[in-house]
Amino acid sequence: MSAVLLGWAVLMAQFLLAAATGCVAVRLLRGPRAQDRVLALDTLYLIAAMLLLVFGIRTGSPHYFEAALLIALLGFVSTAALAKFLMRGEVIE
Amino acid sequence: MKRILPHPLLALVLLIAWLLLVGSISPGAVLLGCLLAIGGALALASLAPPRLRLRRLALLPGLLRDVLVEVVRSNNAVARIILQPAAKTVRHSGFVRIPLDMRAPYGLAALACILTATPGTVWVDYDAADGTMLLHVLDLSDEAEWVRIVKERWERRLMEIFE
Amino acid sequence: MTYATELPAWAALLISLLLLLGSGLAFIGAIGLLRLKNFYERVHAPTLGATLGMGCVLMASMLFFTLLQSRLVIHELLIAALVVVTTPVTLMLLTRAALYRDRIEGNDTVPPPPTGKHQ
Repeated sequence: MSAVLLGWAVLMAQFLLAAATGCVAVRLLRGPRAQDRVLALDTLYLIAAMLLLVFGIRTGSPHYFEAALLIALLGFVSTAALAKFLMRGEVIE
Repeated sequence: MKRILPHPLLALVLLIAWLLLVGSISPGAVLLGCLLAIGGALALASLAPPRLRLRRLALLPGLLRDVLVEVVRSNNAVARIILQPAAKTVRHSGFVRIPLDMRAPYGLAALACILTATPGTVWVDYDAADGTMLLHVLDLSDEAEWVRIVKERWERRLMEIFE
Repeated sequence: MTYATELPAWAALLISLLLLLGSGLAFIGAIGLLRLKNFYERVHAPTLGATLGMGCVLMASMLFFTLLQSRLVIHELLIAALVVVTTPVTLMLLTRAALYRDRIEGNDTVPPPPTGKHQ
């Protein structure tokens, strides 16, 4: 009983996160400006970390946790670097 | 004490993070964690950050609880805004400039984190020269109301803790 | 998912609810990213998934592994701490970069820089 319930919940959560990835990907491709794309990329990192945690629950293996931690860390570093680039990269000084 | 371990709070946080990551409290893990914590504290000391002074720590749990409640409440509000049909939107968003009395750097950082972590408000800029900050609000109906919320609900209490 | 048969029913229900709430919030945030009109409004959307959404999924994970391995598994707190500290910083950096670019281009929908900076 509880296995069936949890199985459906995990499937549904994966579906919702996949749909969220789709929405974010549309924003990433459409822009219109560079800051919109960077924001979409940051959201994509976050959703990927959540998706890995859900995968961990689905397989019952604790190893996905480390991947989620790494993705959360990389998301921060890359977004900070890109934001810095937006400030300084295209400006004629 | 300060000479041996310059930043005891950071060292403690590093030790806890290490133990969580390893997932055990065996003597070996604790020893390695202590080495890491001391190394991290010494490394931070060489960067010479401004000192963190916490007064009135007793106010911290109440503040954390209020932040949590506010996060849940504004999650609900922003979800409603996103899902409402486009035809009947009378909402408008905008920037508010809010004068702050707080000057403690860690207090300002905490205020920025609280405001940005609650959906619906984003801390944009702080001007150290005249002590004002720029806030972007998703559902801006009354600017004076937001100035009051920020000052009464968060700034006053953070000043009691950090200044 | 044969291993999950060992879970008590209340835990399965609670974990399911937390998972659905968390991923649902992330989905609503993604819709907001798509629907809202300009960049400064869109900045607010991912916060939904980053705060309560991530929190719910992390709580579900903690509860699940604690019951499954019958020992306290709380290393998800590390991700929670990381997200709590980093999300405001990235959003602030990004908003400031966007504001800076809009000001450079003379876009008059954004507020002018404060007078104190230019003296």
